[in-house]
Amino acid sequence: MRKNMKMADLVGTDYRLLTVIYRLGMKLGFGEKTVEETCRESGVNCDTFLLVANVYATDGYVPSVEMMTAASAIDLVRYLHASHSYYLEHEFKDIDGLFKELLAPCPPMQREVIMHFFDGYREEVENHFAYEENTVFPYVRSVAEGRKVDGYSIGTFEENHNSIDEKLNDLRNIVMKYLPPVCDTVLAIRALSRLCALEADLEKHTLIENSILIPMVNRMEEKCQ
Amino acid sequence: MSVTKKKVLIITPSRIIARGLASILEEHGGFAVVAALTDLSRENEPVVRDSMADIVIADPVIFGYASRSVGRNRISDITDAAVVAVPTVLHDDGAVKGYDDTIGIYDPPATVVSRLRSALSRTAGKDRDDSREELSSREKEILVCVARGMLNKEIADRFHISIHTVITHRKNITRKTGIKTVAGLTVYALLNNLIDPSVAE
Repeated sequence: MRKNMKMADLVGTDYRLLTVIYRLGMKLGFGEKTVEETCRESGVNCDTFLLVANVYATDGYVPSVEMMTAASAIDLVRYLHASHSYYLEHEFKDIDGLFKELLAPCPPMQREVIMHFFDGYREEVENHFAYEENTVFPYVRSVAEGRKVDGYSIGTFEENHNSIDEKLNDLRNIVMKYLPPVCDTVLAIRALSRLCALEADLEKHTLIENSILIPMVNRMEEKCQ
Repeated sequence: MSVTKKKVLIITPSRIIARGLASILEEHGGFAVVAALTDLSRENEPVVRDSMADIVIADPVIFGYASRSVGRNRISDITDAAVVAVPTVLHDDGAVKGYDDTIGIYDPPATVVSRLRSALSRTAGKDRDDSREELSSREKEILVCVARGMLNKEIADRFHISIHTVITHRKNITRKTGIKTVAGLTVYALLNNLIDPSVAE
């Protein structure tokens, strides 16, 4: 993965990068432009893009200190925030629709039980995101500008950063293993594929927070003092 | 892979190695060192057992030369954690063969982290092999209690069993169904008619 390769070639190797470029505010139609040119035109720090793209493309990717120093924490936070909106406005909305359609032939009790569980999960994710958007991201922005904030540190976030994949994982197993037989299999496959994609994407999202954002802010905090 | 921090326990007589590993893991996030021991004496075994560690990093030198090749089994007797070797002295291949992975003391930090991750995914795969059975009737009874919001202590009292046994049952229920959360187990119980919907919540 290099800055002078064609953006189209890079995205071609891993379609999941499509959502990454969208969330960073880039548009399709990059023609023959390189990664660096595409980033520059959209005002995105190219190293930040490569850092995120590497997390997606390489399992077990561990960024070097140089990569992390070159990337921009502000851009990274912007990316994470945009990802939150993407999950809630697109992924959850679509999955909600798919589930309603899938469960339509079930008895009301079964339908309500599964939808209730899904809504509970969505609420949990919304709260998780809201905390990060209202507390963690503003903190990162001020540290990036060299201002230390009293009474909070990225360590606090690190300690309290729970994983949000347990219920999603449960939901996937419930649909796969215990779905009432009246449900349509093609619809179930569609819903399951979206759940699995969301699960994989959230895993990368958490990985970016834990193994890039936190170490990055740790370094910046040291400089602040 | 859930991304709650993985608990790491280090066993090495070298404080330098223990602190070095702890500092690398702390820097990269995703891992938390819960304890560092200098040996695996009988007194230390409960520490390993109670640590609930996901990974044990051990220097095979903690085992005597003769027992070194079976050392890993001694750790497995105490914990289900993935076990990664960090050999500090010249060793033959037999000494590290049973481990889930090996870290070299000259490995760069990124390699250390990826070795630990691969050891974890290897042991996660092992668990899945034996999860094909149905729930037993006792497990179903306990699942119903969990779905009704009862605490482990209350369940233990109801069935006159120890809390430890309740926890083992709950682990098995989760392993068999693939469902971890109480809310998810409630859905399971309702879909399988184990509880009356009017009673839940």
